[in-house]
Amino acid sequence: MISRRKFLVTFGSALAGVILSASQLEKALAAFQSVEKGSSSQWGMIVDLSKCAGLSCQACIDACVREHNIPKIEGKHHIWWITFVKFENAFPEQTHEMLGEFKELPTLILCNHCYHPPCTKVCPTQATWQREDGIVMMDWHRCIGCRYCMAACPYGSRSFNWVDPRQYLAEITNPMFPTRTKGVVEKCIFCYHRIDRGELPACVEACPNDALIFGDLNKFDSEIRKMLGEEYTIVRKPSAGTKPKIYYILPWGEK
Amino acid sequence: MFEKALKGGKLYWSWIAFLCLLILVGLASYSVQWQVGLGITGMSKEVSWGLYIANFTFLVGVAASAVVVALPTYIYNQHKFEKMTTLGEFLAVAAVTMCILFVLVDLGRPMRVLHVILYPSPNSVMFFDFIVLSGYALWNIIIAWYILSSRITNTDISWYVKVIIYLAIPWAISIHTVTAYLYSGLVARGMWMTALLAPRFLASAFAAGPSLLIIAAIIAKRYANFDVGREAIDKVAQIVTFAMIVNLFFLGCELFVVFYSQHPEHLAHWTYLLFGMDGYGKLVPWIWASIGLGIFAVLMMIHPTTRKNEQLLVFACALIFISIWIDKGLGLIVPGYIPSMVHTVVEYWPTMLETFIALGVWGVGLLIFTVLGKMAIGVFQDYPTEEELKEMMEEEKEEEVVEEVVTAPAKEYTCELCGAVFTDLDECCEHAEKEHKIAKASCDIVCFEKG
Repeated sequence: MISRRKFLVTFGSALAGVILSASQLEKALAAFQSVEKGSSSQWGMIVDLSKCAGLSCQACIDACVREHNIPKIEGKHHIWWITFVKFENAFPEQTHEMLGEFKELPTLILCNHCYHPPCTKVCPTQATWQREDGIVMMDWHRCIGCRYCMAACPYGSRSFNWVDPRQYLAEITNPMFPTRTKGVVEKCIFCYHRIDRGELPACVEACPNDALIFGDLNKFDSEIRKMLGEEYTIVRKPSAGTKPKIYYILPWGEK
Repeated sequence: MFEKALKGGKLYWSWIAFLCLLILVGLASYSVQWQVGLGITGMSKEVSWGLYIANFTFLVGVAASAVVVALPTYIYNQHKFEKMTTLGEFLAVAAVTMCILFVLVDLGRPMRVLHVILYPSPNSVMFFDFIVLSGYALWNIIIAWYILSSRITNTDISWYVKVIIYLAIPWAISIHTVTAYLYSGLVARGMWMTALLAPRFLASAFAAGPSLLIIAAIIAKRYANFDVGREAIDKVAQIVTFAMIVNLFFLGCELFVVFYSQHPEHLAHWTYLLFGMDGYGKLVPWIWASIGLGIFAVLMMIHPTTRKNEQLLVFACALIFISIWIDKGLGLIVPGYIPSMVHTVVEYWPTMLETFIALGVWGVGLLIFTVLGKMAIGVFQDYPTEEELKEMMEEEKEEEVVEEVVTAPAKEYTCELCGAVFTDLDECCEHAEKEHKIAKASCDIVCFEKG
């Protein structure tokens, strides 16, 4: 027979253990969720496809390439931070076979700087992480090149330097921004260096048609907040639950 | 102990030389990758994991299963399986080493690998995988080493080694589970995001790892006169059979959910893998070969007559090993990336250099397994336990008795001179003396065995 004393001691310590580990578990689980902070800025962008001039323009892409010394590599080692794909490729869930020209609509895609980025969650070295203002950052000196983040990104917004990128740079167009080495992942960093100086991202500044609207999602009276309240916008793969911060306005019936 | 690995015949040394050659070719190829970057592989922006990670995934399973199958020996004190256990341990050590090497060669900046420890990130499954894999390698080296030393000194295993043995079993399950979580937690990849992935990994591992163990055991029996025992082999063969059946059942479950529900993000990858997509279908023949070989091997393993035939068993085990290698390697990692995240089909195929590097890593693993295995065989042969000595003698006696009992009634003797038939040689001889006047001592000139 088990004595009462022994029973109480065993049962009590087991209960304490469960409670203690449960409280720790809660803490551990909290680490998996990136907290949406209300106090600081949250940067977001609207891509207005009704205003975007499409493949004939490419001003935003050129500006991005020049700003960040992005190498131009053809084929399977290509690297992009912002690029055009067909509408059906950017929004596969929003298309069907009978859709006409709309399928071909050039659609600008870039890193979504998600509220819940799956890429930062999987990084084993914190080489990619989310700033308080929501920008998903990359540290090219920390990255070990395991490419787990590329597997985790549902948008294909990350590129890997399969070879030395510097041999594909005709000139260093922005000496103030680092070039990368082979073996690291790179992606759009929302021009954090320009935002910190109070400037707009290079792509937004370069757009001649005001098709890119950048701003603070936490600021109630910002232009982007007003537009998001008034216009109907969609995001890429909402089913992934990542809550992207790049919103799209579609050219209803115009194109 | 190690000196035991330095003695061997021609066959042993030519096998070692062959493995060294593989390793050298791998090293030379890796030096090119080191210079140029991972661009020398077939991987691309769209398919950013390939042959290396595929092999890594497969070998984690081999490592895990080899131990789980073998270690219960110590818990239940069944020393009959001790030899199999030691082989299993060393197979695990070799497999884990290969896992670590495959991750290393896959890194874009391998010199920074210690960043994983310097900047620990408990939110990354890869961080946990790193911990469980290195821990696992350590436990297995300790266990195997102590088992062999206790053999030599003829003492029991100390209690703390037993603790590690107990620890190693759940740990083995954990390495493959954590590796499955590496994939199944990714919302981006419909093919991997299934709760069935970890159980499927375990089932396939329990088929592939022990298959390799059986092959190794039978090779050791043939070429090194090291018999792990028929009973041990049959037990492990049964495990392989069950595991492979469960594995195929899980595959069926997965296929049912994917193709009946028609959920596009899951369907796309499986459609590409099984039937091809947009005119691309490099993996189609491979995956069907994998499924076909798997089913065929299971049919062979289910029937006891084929399972207990050594040659057929090795053949079936080899089929299972190949089937699962394709399934875990090419059939899991690569199609997870196809179609890509912008719904284009970019195919992947390993390059020559990439294959050489992978073969080099396999060379390292097999070399480790061969050397450690040879060492273990040496120790076991030089230090048989008293029980084993007794058993060996008893077995010899038993065999003799069995021969007498079994063969006597089956034989028939005929008298050459008159054709009379006798069941016993003595009877025949008596008959020869009586009827034909031939001395009993030389009756073998007329009494012959029939047939």
